[in-house]
Amino acid sequence: MSDLLKRSPLEAAHVELGARLVPFAGWYMPVQYTSILDEHAAVRGAAGIFDISHMGQFLVSGPGSLEWLNRTLANNVAKLGIGEGQYTFLLNENGGVIDDLIAYRTGEADFFLVVNASMIDEDFAWMSKHLDAGVELRNESDAWVGMAIQGPDSPAVYAAACPGEPLPPRNGIAFTSSGCVVCRTGYTGEDGFEFFSPAADGGDWLKRFVQHGAKPCGLGSRDSLRLEMCYPLNGNDLSPTRTPIEAGLGFFVDLEKGDFVGRETLAKQKAEGTEVRLVALAYTDKGAPPRAHYPVLSPEGEVLGELSSGVLSPSLGIGIGLAYLPIAWTKLGTEVRIDVRGRLNPAKVVKKPFYKPAAKA
Amino acid sequence: MNVPSDLRYNSSHEWVRLEGDIATVGISDHAQEELTDVVFVELPLVGRAVDAGDPTAVVESVKAASDIYAPIGGEVVEVNLDVEADPALVNTDPYGRGWIFKLRVKNAADVEALLDAAAYSAQIG
Repeated sequence: MSDLLKRSPLEAAHVELGARLVPFAGWYMPVQYTSILDEHAAVRGAAGIFDISHMGQFLVSGPGSLEWLNRTLANNVAKLGIGEGQYTFLLNENGGVIDDLIAYRTGEADFFLVVNASMIDEDFAWMSKHLDAGVELRNESDAWVGMAIQGPDSPAVYAAACPGEPLPPRNGIAFTSSGCVVCRTGYTGEDGFEFFSPAADGGDWLKRFVQHGAKPCGLGSRDSLRLEMCYPLNGNDLSPTRTPIEAGLGFFVDLEKGDFVGRETLAKQKAEGTEVRLVALAYTDKGAPPRAHYPVLSPEGEVLGELSSGVLSPSLGIGIGLAYLPIAWTKLGTEVRIDVRGRLNPAKVVKKPFYKPAAKA
Repeated sequence: MNVPSDLRYNSSHEWVRLEGDIATVGISDHAQEELTDVVFVELPLVGRAVDAGDPTAVVESVKAASDIYAPIGGEVVEVNLDVEADPALVNTDPYGRGWIFKLRVKNAADVEALLDAAAYSAQIG
């Protein structure tokens, strides 16, 4: 089976560091090194490093690239100064989410897109099909190795590993003198950066960041960290049949910028409201960990929906999850039940995110 | 890997310690390592009758829920409330304070049919 999986350029380094590797999104990736709980705590309290080589990188350039991206993606790239980035969506004609991604502006008409692993081929096919004349789209996913250094100590790790190189401001992108790309972003809620190097140099960079204090972390803690922040995982919390408005991510959609794929549905939903909305649910008591696909019920036992993600929050010690629920059940404080193997755990709708990281530097 | 020689084992990684007609059941060191950090243990109700192979408890890590099977038939006579309060005991002391439930066995000879330490060690290789 593993022959069919893509291998990270960092695999040898992972094995050396004691990683447990599992199939994920078509890739063979570390799920943990020593302990998901320890790795989670390292990111919340110090610094951790994740392999994100599976994520894809697209370069968009040429005259008209800004206008084309603004018709292709939901957020407004015209708001980006050079060196700035934004969270955005690739939508289908019905406003459903094909992928969520980050778009960085690297020049007047140059953009760097970071997309999800499992969606690289589909995103590229969709974007190629809708490409304007004069705009160049390149899939550079195989050329780059990526790692995310996350946690309050990550600026110090960067300063030690890359002396004299400035870390860009929040959501910014910069190029290092050694030909790498550094983006001040992440998927954990903590300060940190994503670092992309030519594939051949990846193992050395990983060891360098580890040597300067970043604890190797796997996808297990990446998932628990992102869920505490209510950051959606495409395929779980986002899908081609749900819009960013329904997901509660309308902030990252610009309905005023002109037409774009999916706009009509989103504008209608914004004006008229939606039937469902993605809410954050937290247990009100101790209970078995909530997980994706567990049913969500009313206190009277009516099935309202199911969890799209769930975990026993390592930071909070209680069950947390996300679910698309009928709008009448989405008000803060609404009481529901989460069905774990027939046991109905009381939970309520809470404010996002579940966890608030300490103030950022 | 720690596989105490005085215990019997199930191929699904439970261990059994028989004292009189009471069998204490937990999961092996190998199993706790494979499951990773245990964050929740769902215990059976005291008084429940189980057959060999019945899912009897649930041990959950951050990533997954795993059934724990009764290695032999009997009645649940005691459960370990300490692992409910502190699930990590299953990781840190799987053969001691991390035990999960006790059965009054129907037939003590059933225990003899389980794997001994050598056979279980060979299975987990």
